[in-house]
Amino acid sequence: MSTQPIIVSASPHVHSDRTSKKLMYDVIIALSPAFLVSIYVFGLGALIVTSVAIASCVLFEYLIQKYLLKTAVTITDGSALLTGILLAFNLPSNLPIWMVIVGGLVAIGVAKLSFGGLGFNIFNPALVGRVFLLVSFPVQMTMWPTAIENNTNVVDAVTGATSLGVIKEGLQYGDTMTEISSRIPSAIDMLFGFTGGSLGEMSALALLLGGLYLIFRKVISWHIPVMVLMTMAVMTGVFWALDPEHYANPIIHILSGGAILGAFYMATDLVTSPMTKKGMIIFAIGIGIITVVIRLFGAYPEGVSFAILIMNAFVPLINKYFKPRRFGSKIKAKIV
Amino acid sequence: MLKTFPKGGIHPPENKLTSAKSIKKMPVPKMVYVPISQHIGIPSEIIVNVKDKVEIGQVIAKSGGFVSSNVHSPVAGVVTKLDKIIDTSGYKKQCIVIRTDAKNESNFEEIDYPLKKDITMEPKDILQRINDYGIVGLGGATFPSHVKLSVKEGTVLDHLIINGVECEPYLTADHRLMLEKAEEILVGIKILMHALHIDKAIIGIENNKKDAIDIFKKLTVNDSGIKVAALQVKYPQGGEKQLVRAILNREVPKNGLPLDVGVIVHNVGTIFAIYQAIQHNKPLIERVVTVTGKKLENASNYWVKIGTPISDLVNEVGGLPEGTRKIVNGGPMMGKAIKNLDVPVTKGTSGILVISEDEASRGEPKNCIRCGECVEVCPMGLEPHLLMNLSEKGMYEKAGSEDIMTCIECGSCSYVCPSHRPLLDYIRFGKTIVKKLNTVKN
Ligand code: SF4
Ligand code: SF4
Repeated sequence: MSTQPIIVSASPHVHSDRTSKKLMYDVIIALSPAFLVSIYVFGLGALIVTSVAIASCVLFEYLIQKYLLKTAVTITDGSALLTGILLAFNLPSNLPIWMVIVGGLVAIGVAKLSFGGLGFNIFNPALVGRVFLLVSFPVQMTMWPTAIENNTNVVDAVTGATSLGVIKEGLQYGDTMTEISSRIPSAIDMLFGFTGGSLGEMSALALLLGGLYLIFRKVISWHIPVMVLMTMAVMTGVFWALDPEHYANPIIHILSGGAILGAFYMATDLVTSPMTKKGMIIFAIGIGIITVVIRLFGAYPEGVSFAILIMNAFVPLINKYFKPRRFGSKIKAKIV
Repeated sequence: MLKTFPKGGIHPPENKLTSAKSIKKMPVPKMVYVPISQHIGIPSEIIVNVKDKVEIGQVIAKSGGFVSSNVHSPVAGVVTKLDKIIDTSGYKKQCIVIRTDAKNESNFEEIDYPLKKDITMEPKDILQRINDYGIVGLGGATFPSHVKLSVKEGTVLDHLIINGVECEPYLTADHRLMLEKAEEILVGIKILMHALHIDKAIIGIENNKKDAIDIFKKLTVNDSGIKVAALQVKYPQGGEKQLVRAILNREVPKNGLPLDVGVIVHNVGTIFAIYQAIQHNKPLIERVVTVTGKKLENASNYWVKIGTPISDLVNEVGGLPEGTRKIVNGGPMMGKAIKNLDVPVTKGTSGILVISEDEASRGEPKNCIRCGECVEVCPMGLEPHLLMNLSEKGMYEKAGSEDIMTCIECGSCSYVCPSHRPLLDYIRFGKTIVKKLNTVKN
């Protein structure tokens, strides 16, 4: 007989080997191809911004939990690390360092810890950080190093607007899409990531690869990303079909800006998305619609971040009204 | 596509270590400790005294009411004590202690009766005998079988479903029984069909027991009444409501019974016990128990007399291995952890699982990350994270209206929670209070 005491606990006596920490690290693994592309395209800038964003998120979490809140420090759960990466992915690679740090402080201090920490926050912390910076420093946040094909030394390269920015501006000046399309990268370049934009949002292919990994590992389900992108495609498709000279086609909309990053990695954040599949679909359609409305009719060229944050606010309501169907609550089959 | 229930469920590692081990006979214990309350319902009343000589199969405690059951002596011997001992529930329960008479040959007789196919008994007598012979649900719920079979006049009843799912990891008692006693089980099924006047029966077996599926398919080719349903492997398919949904696509209403949709469900072990009671006059005094665990030397399946101390079983398989941290009565998903080995095997003991250090401890609970996993896997369509929260905060009214009472305690939610939250612990607690509140209200 063993000398250690026998444990008497309630069932179940086994547990799946999934832990929240493992989930976080899976997302980090999924993001790495896009990160590599971004270093290839933007060079050192991407590395610096990402490192600073991670360091500030983790450090602020540590400092605030230890000295301000005097609660257990949770930096090892991987969530602050992930917030740092996602924040960096939503910033231009040439953003001044101190702004990145402010972004980290807002993400962790305001959006996460002031709500009660992991699991209690309503809004996606990385996006709150990004939107705060976008509103406070609109100039720096919307100028990007233009990526030039096969040029890895782009830190000093000219800066310019993103494809969506170019399109919005062009249309406002009364140009047609035919004229504008010569000024934006081709769809193929967008797919591979040779385009301007936030550090981690440009390579659609790398992001899709990671997204498929997450679905394969069952970290996320397909519902949110597919429904966000589908809604966007359908809506932009309708406008494009009606007036192709004044609306960009759906392929440009899906491949440019933060659509894929947002759909696969930001909207699917476990904490700030709905619990049920039904809820997820409503949530995703909402994001798709709001994004397209902002892109086509709003003041900003890009609307994914705002759309996700707006829909984040509806999640408690969605959870309340889109509950799972209770077993036996209506009788499905009568005796035959 | 194989059938299954549509909403929720999990796939824990099966760990059916003993599925190839035929059922051995456990040596007759020197002492048996027979609790008088081995079933759900009213405890039975003791009708023997200390020093009484008892015969094997003699009634030693009489059914205490309709929802109750007779208890029979598993051995021939002498009553030495009427005592309270801790049973598998962890509570002290009244128990009849009997010393086995080592000279009485009836204790050592083979139970392998020749197959008897002809059913001569009248339906009314069959039900009476099931009542008299102490038969309760052997799948683990231990609900007295005669209660389940007492169908009110005018009830529409068209299907008997035989539960051969055994979805709990590790357990193989039902699997082995189906392989070794398939013909007897079929006779048992016919007995019940005869007693209930129904002509359709379906045996539900998960696809990880292909050999059992094949045996029954072969034996029932020429039988129009009995069918075999091969099911996808998914826990908790052995739950009655999930099983009925999987096989017949009928949904038992909330707070209702399978009978409400014209179905009666019985476990294969129960069916075998019924066969023995009707055809061979044998009351329920022994059952198949899987004694298992990754570190056990001789994990196997055994015929065990009710009342046998679990220590006897453990000794038989080579003793408790070094580093044992948990002993579970039943399977890992729904079984109860027991404190010591003096606890006896009862009618509800389907397995004894010995768990070592590496699997025994739970992860530290963390914040709920609202991942929805628990919601996704709940087969009853509940929101476990919410129910835990409400129980924790003492909001029992709300927990009640969020259907906490329909939780079948399958443990799927706790199993998957990546934050290791003790969901079912809190839900169970909440249920007991909501139940009390409901009885006060009525
Ligand atoms: S809430 Fe109850 S029924 Fe649902 S998964 Fe948890 S234990 Fe099973
Ligand atoms: S599985 Fe655990 S972490 Fe996920 S929602 Fe349920 S309780 Fe929260």
